[in-house]
Amino acid sequence: MEGQLAHIGAGLAAIGSGAAAIGVGNVAGNYLAGALRNPSAAASQTATLFIGIAFAEALGIFSFLVALLLMFAV
Amino acid sequence: MASEAHGAEEGGLVFHPMDQFIIKPLFGGDTIAWYTVTNATLWMALSVVAVIVLMVLGTRSRAIVPSRSQSIGELAYGFIYKMVEDVAGKDAIKFFPYIMTLFMFIVMANFLGLLPMSFTTTSHFAVTVVLALLVFLTVTIVGFVKNGVGFLGLFWVSSAPLALRPILAIIELISYFVRPVSHSIRLAGNVMAGHAVIKVFAGFAAIAVVSPVSVVAITAMYGLEVLVAFIQAYVFTILTCVYLKDALHPSH
Amino acid sequence: MATQTHEAAGHAAEVASAPGMPQLDFSNWGNQIFWLLITLTVIYFVLSRIALPRIAAVLAERQGTITNDIAAAEGLKAKAVEAEEAYNKALADARAEAQNIVAEAKAEIQAGLDAATAKADAEIAAKAAESEKAIAEIRAGALESVKEVATDTANEIVAALGGQADDATIAAAVDTRMKG
Repeated sequence: MEGQLAHIGAGLAAIGSGAAAIGVGNVAGNYLAGALRNPSAAASQTATLFIGIAFAEALGIFSFLVALLLMFAV
Repeated sequence: MASEAHGAEEGGLVFHPMDQFIIKPLFGGDTIAWYTVTNATLWMALSVVAVIVLMVLGTRSRAIVPSRSQSIGELAYGFIYKMVEDVAGKDAIKFFPYIMTLFMFIVMANFLGLLPMSFTTTSHFAVTVVLALLVFLTVTIVGFVKNGVGFLGLFWVSSAPLALRPILAIIELISYFVRPVSHSIRLAGNVMAGHAVIKVFAGFAAIAVVSPVSVVAITAMYGLEVLVAFIQAYVFTILTCVYLKDALHPSH
Repeated sequence: MATQTHEAAGHAAEVASAPGMPQLDFSNWGNQIFWLLITLTVIYFVLSRIALPRIAAVLAERQGTITNDIAAAEGLKAKAVEAEEAYNKALADARAEAQNIVAEAKAEIQAGLDAATAKADAEIAAKAAESEKAIAEIRAGALESVKEVATDTANEIVAALGGQADDATIAAAVDTRMKG
């Protein structure tokens, strides 16, 4: 029973991956919108883009980690 | 729960997606002492070999008009050099060999890990935690050596209203100490997740009906993983540069 | 799910190999960290002692070569511009000289022509004067002859008519007639 609850928890934690996907999409979409308005400034901001994506994605990875821990370590 | 790690007889996947990360001694024996040569050791050594082949053997002709391997080496050099210069500033150039070491190791380990039947060293928290802690310690030490107590100004947001500053200081302090955690888990998590997903699809390939779908999915995931392998190395490096900039110029 | 037998099997598996998530098996962390530190040290020394200085040297050398080549090209270009200028100057000089020569020749020819014309004019004038003189002489000679002939003729006519002619009278008459 406890193991099954852990699996349910893992599934719930996986929702966090979707939330991180929204965040990454937000970053990339806004970057694209800005780049289309001012293409000359776009190249200088790719580093910022990747940093933003990395920060957004890190939290999704945390939820993935929680899922893995629930699956295998609890 | 651990029984599911070997769930072939359970009717689930033919092999467990996490089995690829198991560390085994290379020359027999069961116990892993701190000096035992394991598959992780082998693939770390192979990443060293790859770095040497690319950066030393590839550039041995020192040609003015570069050969293919030499231009790749020069590309990597220019890429990281420019990143350090742009993101961390001119005075961070003395950390360039250090950052280059991190980048070359991560990118080589990631790409070697994508070879079939290989072992991905960067998917282990032991590796990425050490890498992130090295960066964290370097940044903290350099920050205090360079700026003395002024480095603590990093946590004291002077542009915020005075009443908010203690709260912000706590938040900044927490985020500062979460840095190595996110820094390491991001790399290992991304690499591990990608490999695990590929293995999950590979497990489905044993079922004849869905195997074409699963082969296509593996191909697609593999392409994505090649991208992720590079981007995670890039992200790790650029975040190192960002943290280093904080240490060298802590003004908020 | 986790029945007794499974639990037993799971424990057996756990003992035999790593547990569910090999990353969380802390027993092999020391091993990995040890080898990782060796790896990083090796890469660091290979890069900082051999690879990076070499690539930096190659890049600097290439930059130097490119700069030199550009400088050489600029020098050659300046030389070409100089040569073109010299050529243009030489061309202009030659043109000016040619014009001078033409003008000189023209002047010389003009002078020669003028001299010749003057000489010819003088000759013509001399010849004309001579001719006029000759004509005048001839004319004078002719008048004398006419006077003589007329006087003779008048004498003869007077004699034939049986008169006695006075020479002086006749001469006067002839003169009067000739003038008239």
